[in-house]
Amino acid sequence: MLITELKAKEALLPQICGKVFIINCYGCREIYFPDAAANEFQKELVDSGCVTGSITTDYICNPDNLKVRLAKHADAIEAADVLLVFSCGVGVQTVAENYPAKKVVACCDTYALPGFQGVTPLEHDCRQCGECYLNLTGGICPITACSKSLVNGQCGGSKDGMCEVDPNMECGWERIIRRLKQVGRLDALKCPVQVRNYATDEDVK
Amino acid sequence: MRITELFDNGEFVVTAEVGPPKGIHLEHLVEEAKESLSGITAVNVTDNQSSVMRMGSLPTCVALKNAGLTPILQLTCRDRNRIALQSELLGAAALGIDNILCLTGDHTKMGDHPGAKPVFDLDSVSLLHTVCQLEKGTDLAGNPLVGEPPKFAKGAVVSPCSDSVDAQLAKMERKVMAGAEYFQTQAVFDSEKFISFMEKAKQFGKPVQLGVIIPKNAGMCKFMNKNVAGVHVPQHMIDALAADKERAKAGLTGVEIAAQIIKECRPYCQGVHIMALGWEAKVPELLKLAGI
Repeated sequence: MLITELKAKEALLPQICGKVFIINCYGCREIYFPDAAANEFQKELVDSGCVTGSITTDYICNPDNLKVRLAKHADAIEAADVLLVFSCGVGVQTVAENYPAKKVVACCDTYALPGFQGVTPLEHDCRQCGECYLNLTGGICPITACSKSLVNGQCGGSKDGMCEVDPNMECGWERIIRRLKQVGRLDALKCPVQVRNYATDEDVK
Repeated sequence: MRITELFDNGEFVVTAEVGPPKGIHLEHLVEEAKESLSGITAVNVTDNQSSVMRMGSLPTCVALKNAGLTPILQLTCRDRNRIALQSELLGAAALGIDNILCLTGDHTKMGDHPGAKPVFDLDSVSLLHTVCQLEKGTDLAGNPLVGEPPKFAKGAVVSPCSDSVDAQLAKMERKVMAGAEYFQTQAVFDSEKFISFMEKAKQFGKPVQLGVIIPKNAGMCKFMNKNVAGVHVPQHMIDALAADKERAKAGLTGVEIAAQIIKECRPYCQGVHIMALGWEAKVPELLKLAGI
């Protein structure tokens, strides 16, 4: 099981520029969603006039479901510069993959709780580390896509674009940099030095 | 002596590296280093290189220092968390080791204990950041150190012939931002690639030492091409090594190839770092042939 919590407003506001489209995933019912905090934040955005539309749905981690649900909002999404996603890490990654030309912002951190695990991720994985990095990495998770879970960039172990630990796996940072280039966000790599906080990580509790 | 002082003076800095033994005797390593590496600026001591368990870098550095050489402590993030790494750094400073090279480290799966837990609590960038914190008198958690803080020459690595040059440059920039003062590169066999990399890397304003491996034979080159990230030996060099096996075995061909690369790249870098891989005895000859 997992819970999501809204990121700090100070962390989110710098990510938001131009028009935004809001995606809320109420997801599997096992997941706690920060309704009140998210609603309050979204109301402020609506009042400021930057919101082109919004959707509250479930299971956006399923790409087929995501496409069907968002099809009705194609115009509002097209008009937006940024897609704000309020979901677990898998949902954010699925949206980012389906909208490669848009800036996709993870608005929540995902924490693990012992107990029943929610929906099975299809292609993406979220290790529920409690400090979502997707806003720094173009929506590709460095914790799960890099065999060393590096958060400050590529190591020297990529050979022909593949990870030397697992030759069948593309280097996660190669993918991240390609995505950042594609969305014109290479400046994300100039963020401060990242040091992970394992106190929020279920794996080490 | 911190090697950054030499870079600051505009010197062309020559380093080589040695790997500690898988055992408790350092006499042979120290003797060989004294004989072959006394003439160079400093000697890197690897940290369980390739994830193969050996004696630690720090005790080996101390043995080399006692023998009159200047060691560079290599520190990887594979085997120690942030507590152990900071502890090691304080220990190094207390023992007079003031040159370090910060690396992420190979994955444990690449070595001789593939079942070991890979740590990577920090990485090369956050380790450099941590060193800077210690130098400012606090640990990574912000707790004050007692007494005078340590001061290191802080090195890092970069892989100029990687097929992911953009990713490598981005990482290099982050290392500079985190406090890296000099760079040593992965082994270079393609001077043109290195020169074009340096055209882009010079914007960071940090000294870069060209990484050099003396190729031993054609088989070694083919192995590196297949298995070692960031290393590509061109076919004409492999052919030269294969053409006369006796010459290659005696090291003559390999030293010529390495010397040629150094000569071609020298105008574009601030030093050279030689990974002799057991051929430490050939380092003086290589430097002579390269005109250093």
